[in-house]
Amino acid sequence: MNKIIEINGVTKEFEGFKLDNISFGLEKGYIMGFIGPNGAGKTTTIRLIMNLLKKDSGDIKIFGMDNSKDEVAIKDRIGFVYEESYFYEHLTVKKMKDIIAPFYSRWDDEKFDEYCSVFGLLPNKKIRDLSKGTKMKFSLAVALSHNAELLILDEPTSGLDPVFRDKLMDILREEIQDENKSILFSTHITSDLEKIADYITFINNGRIVFSDQKDVLLENYKIIKGDSGILTGEIKSELLGVKENRFGFEALCNVEKQNVFSQFEIVTEKPTLEQMMVYMQNK
Amino acid sequence: MKIIIKNSSPDPIYKQISDQLRGMMITGELKEGDALPSIRNLAKDLRISVITTKRSYEDLEREGFLETVGGKGTFVAHQNKEFIKEQKLKIIENRLSEAVDEAKMLGLKKSELREMLDALYEEVL
Repeated sequence: MNKIIEINGVTKEFEGFKLDNISFGLEKGYIMGFIGPNGAGKTTTIRLIMNLLKKDSGDIKIFGMDNSKDEVAIKDRIGFVYEESYFYEHLTVKKMKDIIAPFYSRWDDEKFDEYCSVFGLLPNKKIRDLSKGTKMKFSLAVALSHNAELLILDEPTSGLDPVFRDKLMDILREEIQDENKSILFSTHITSDLEKIADYITFINNGRIVFSDQKDVLLENYKIIKGDSGILTGEIKSELLGVKENRFGFEALCNVEKQNVFSQFEIVTEKPTLEQMMVYMQNK
Repeated sequence: MKIIIKNSSPDPIYKQISDQLRGMMITGELKEGDALPSIRNLAKDLRISVITTKRSYEDLEREGFLETVGGKGTFVAHQNKEFIKEQKLKIIENRLSEAVDEAKMLGLKKSELREMLDALYEEVL
C-alpha cells in the first residue's frame, strides 16, 4: 500500500464548470506537480481532497483511508497551504500559531520558530500587516511544523519572488529526503517543477490530460519546427497545438509519430513543461 | 566524485548521470565497495527529481556496476575485470581514432603519427 493519494472517477459539477471523472494517484516518497491554466480545476480538486467540498461521485483515499470518513485522522498528517490566506487577520503571528498548534498531535514549536527566523516572520506582527508573500511564508511555516507526511500546496509560489521560490524548492527537497513523505504541488509557474517534480498531472477544462512521470513525458514529446508547406491534413492530424505564421510552423509531436517527417527538413527541440501545457491546450 | 548536468545536452539527465558514474568506475576513480550517495541525497544535491536519480542507479545496477544492499545503501559492485578491460580498450580505440582523424585533417603521414605516438609512449614511461 504505497499510494498516498488515490483519486478515482471523481466528478463535481458547479454552474458553468465540471470536474469530469478525474483519476490519478501519488506514490509515497515523491513530488507531484499539479499543473494547468487558471480555472482548469486545480483548486477544486485540492478542495475535494481536503474535504472542503463534497464530491458528486467517485472516491478519494488519502493514506489508504476515506477522505471524508477519516477526515480528522488524515488532516493531522497533512500540511496544507492554500492560495488565499485563511487566518484571522487581527491576530499576531504568535497568537494565530497558538490557536492552530493544538489541532495537530505532532506539532513542533521548535521547528516553527526555526522557520519563522528563516522566513523572517516576526511573532508580534499582526497577520493583516503582512504582505501577500509573507502571509504565504506564515502558512508554509505552519504546514511544515507538524511532521506532516503529505504536503498539499495550492499555488504556494504565485506571490513569491524568485529568490524565495528557490529557497522553498530547497526546503521541499529537504522534506523529501524522508522517503515516507510526499508532496502535491499545484502551480502554473511550471519552471519551479521542471527540476523538482517526479510526477506531473496536467488538468485542463476539468479533465486530466495526463498524469505520468515527468521524465517520461518530456522524453515522449518533441517540439517540431518546419516549413508550413509540409503540413498536409494527414500530418497535421498527428500534431498538437499547431501554430503557423508566414515563416513556418511550430507544434508538439509525440516521438512515436515523428517518423512522418522522415523525408522533410525539420528542427526538433526538447519541450519544457510550459510548452507542453500551452501546446496541449491548443489541440 | 564530480557530476555535471548540462541542460543543453540532447541526452536526458538520467543518462548524463549514469554515463558519468560509469566513466568513474571504468577509470577506477570509483572502486569496488565505494558507497554512493542515496538517490534522495543525490537528487537534492543535483537539484533534480528523485525518480531521475533512481533511474540512473537502476540502469547501472542492471549493467552490474552498482549493487544496492537493503537498508545500507548503494555500492560499487564487484567488477568483472575482463569486461572493464574491454571497456577501457574501447575508450583508447575511440581516442586514437580521434587522433587519426585530426592527423588526416592536417595531412600527416602514418609514419609521422607513429613517431609522435612512440615519443609520447616513451615519455610517459
